[in-house]
Amino acid sequence: MKGFSGKVLFLDRNDINTDEIIPAKYLTEITKEALKPYLLEDLSFAGFNVKEDTMDKAVLVTRANFGCGSSREHAPWALEVNGINVVIAESFARIFRQNMYNCGMLAIELPQDKIEYLFENYAGKDTSITIDLDKDTIIVTSSDKSEEINFKVGEFDKTLVKEEGWVGYADKNY
Amino acid sequence: MGKTTAEKIFDAHRVNMPFPDTHVLKLDRVFCHEITTPIAITDLMARGMDRVFDPTKIKAVIDHVTPAKDSKTAEQGKILRDWAKRHGIKDFFDIGRNGVCHAIFPEKGFVRPGYTVIMGDSHTCTHGAFGAFAAGVGTTDLEVGILKGVCAFHFPKTIKFVLNGTLKPGVYAKDLILFIIKELTVNGATNMVIEFTGPTIDAMSMESRMTLCNMAIEAGGTSGICYPDMTTVEYLWDFIKDEFKTKEDALKEYSKWISDDDASYEKVYEYDVTTLEPMVTFGFKPDQVKTVAEMSGTKIDQVYIGSCTNGRIEDLRIAASILKDKKISDDVRAIVSPATPVIYSRALKEGLIEIFQNAGFCVTNPTCGACLGMSNGVLANGEACASTTNRNFNGRMGKGGTVHLMSPATAAASALEGKITNSLLYKA
Repeated sequence: MKGFSGKVLFLDRNDINTDEIIPAKYLTEITKEALKPYLLEDLSFAGFNVKEDTMDKAVLVTRANFGCGSSREHAPWALEVNGINVVIAESFARIFRQNMYNCGMLAIELPQDKIEYLFENYAGKDTSITIDLDKDTIIVTSSDKSEEINFKVGEFDKTLVKEEGWVGYADKNY
Repeated sequence: MGKTTAEKIFDAHRVNMPFPDTHVLKLDRVFCHEITTPIAITDLMARGMDRVFDPTKIKAVIDHVTPAKDSKTAEQGKILRDWAKRHGIKDFFDIGRNGVCHAIFPEKGFVRPGYTVIMGDSHTCTHGAFGAFAAGVGTTDLEVGILKGVCAFHFPKTIKFVLNGTLKPGVYAKDLILFIIKELTVNGATNMVIEFTGPTIDAMSMESRMTLCNMAIEAGGTSGICYPDMTTVEYLWDFIKDEFKTKEDALKEYSKWISDDDASYEKVYEYDVTTLEPMVTFGFKPDQVKTVAEMSGTKIDQVYIGSCTNGRIEDLRIAASILKDKKISDDVRAIVSPATPVIYSRALKEGLIEIFQNAGFCVTNPTCGACLGMSNGVLANGEACASTTNRNFNGRMGKGGTVHLMSPATAAASALEGKITNSLLYKA
C-alpha cells in the first residue's frame, strides 16, 4: 500500500479541472516521472504560488468537484510523482475519483461543513494529515492541536487501495 | 418498476457485483487514441501482460497530434501503431485515414444501440447518441478494458431532459447543450447519465445528437443518451443491413433499449426550446453561459471550427452557408478542421472547402490538436478564440488564452465580424 501521511496543501477553490492539474501539452510524456515539474502549472488564484506551496506536500485538501474535465490519468500521476497520494474534497469528478483509486491512491469525500472546518482551522498553518485506513479516520495535526475526523470509503475503493490498483485486482478476478 | 436505458444496458452486460454498488460490465467496444493508450500499453508490457481481450472489439486511432509534431508525439504514434499491428487490431486508423475519435468511430458504424463503450477520453459520452452506454475512463480502466474486456461502474442514476418545440433559425444543438450545462452546472450530473428525449431530439440528426451527448461530461455526466429511433437506424443502415431484413426490424430490435415509461429518474427537466437563443460561454467554466446577444461585440483573435463536438459535415455546411461569398475580418485568423477524411471529402465535393478558403480560413487535416492546445491553432497569451469545441478552461487552447464556446453558425458569423456575432445577421 502507498503512504498516506504528511504535510497538507490547501487549495481553496471549487471545480479545479485536470487541465489545471496537468496541462494537455505535457500529455506527450510517456513516463509518469516526467510530469513532476508541471503539477498545477495552469492553476492560478490569489495567494497560490505553485512552486512554494506544493513543495514537500503529501495530502491535498480542496473544495467541490475536484478533477473535473479531461479523463487524463496524468492528473493523479502528477500528484503521485510529487508525493501526494491523498486528496480530500467535498466532491470529485467521477473519472478523476476512479483514476485515483485505480492507482491505489485515496480520494476522500467529506461533507461541506467538515471541509469548511478544515480550511478555517488548519489552512495557512503547518498542518499534517495521516490517514488510518483500518479505522477510516483522518488524523489532522497542527502546532496547536490534533484531532480525528471520520470518513467513509466503499469496499471496492478500499480493496483497490490495499491491492495498489485495479490492474492487479482485475487480472486475478476476471 | 421500469428501467432506464442505462439500467437495461447494465443488466445485459453485468459480469458480477464484487462489492455493493460495484457493477463490473462486459465491454462491446474499447476505443483507443495515441495520448492515453501508450502508457497503458507500456504498463501492460512491463507487467508481462501484453495481451488484448478481443482485437475485433478494440478500435484505435491517432488523432490528438497528427501528423506528429515532434519526437515525443511520433513515439506515442509508434507505440500505438506497433501495438495494433502486433495484436491484429484491424481497425487502426493511421495518418491519411485518421480522424477525431468521436467522429470517425461512429462514422465507421462501430457503435450500436445497447452497447457498452469505454475510451481513455472524457468525450466518449458522445457515443450515447446511439442509445449506448459510453463512458470516458482513465488509462488504468482502459488498460483493464484492453486486457480483460471489462470495466467497473457504480449504478447509473439518470437525469432526464424532455425537450419540446422547434429550435429557432440560428439556434442549434450546441446552443441547447450550452443552455443545459448552464442549468445543471459543471457538476450537476456527476456520476449520472443524462437522457435527452422529446420531440426536439426526435427531430434531430445523429450529428446534432452527438453534439448534445458530447458535452454531457461538461456537466459531470458519465454518458449522454438519446433513444434509438429510425434516424439511428438510417445512420447505421449500411453497417447493419445484413443483420436485419428491413429497417423496421432493426428499429424493433433497437427499441428494446428505450427507457420504460415507469423508469425511475434522479430528476426530470422539461423545457420548451422555442424561445432558446444562440448561446456562448464566458470565463473558464463551461457552465458560464450567456446569450450571444449579451456577449455580442466581444473581440476575438481566432476562430476555430472543428472537434468531436462540431467538426461534422452538418457543422461545416452550416458554417459555409454563412461564409459563402464573404471574407473574414482582417482582425481575425480562422481555422476549420473537418473531423474525418470522409467529412473532408464530402466538404470538398459539396464546394464547402472552397467557400472556407475563399473566406480566408485555413483548412487543416482532421485532428483534435487546437481544442486542447496541443497543435494546429494554439493561442498566444491574452488572445481569445471563438470556438466550436467543448472546453473553455483556463489555458485550454494555449497558456493565457480565453475560449468562447459556441455553435458553428455563431463562430462563422463571428469570423466575419472579428467579434462575437449572432449568425442571423448573415441569413437572407
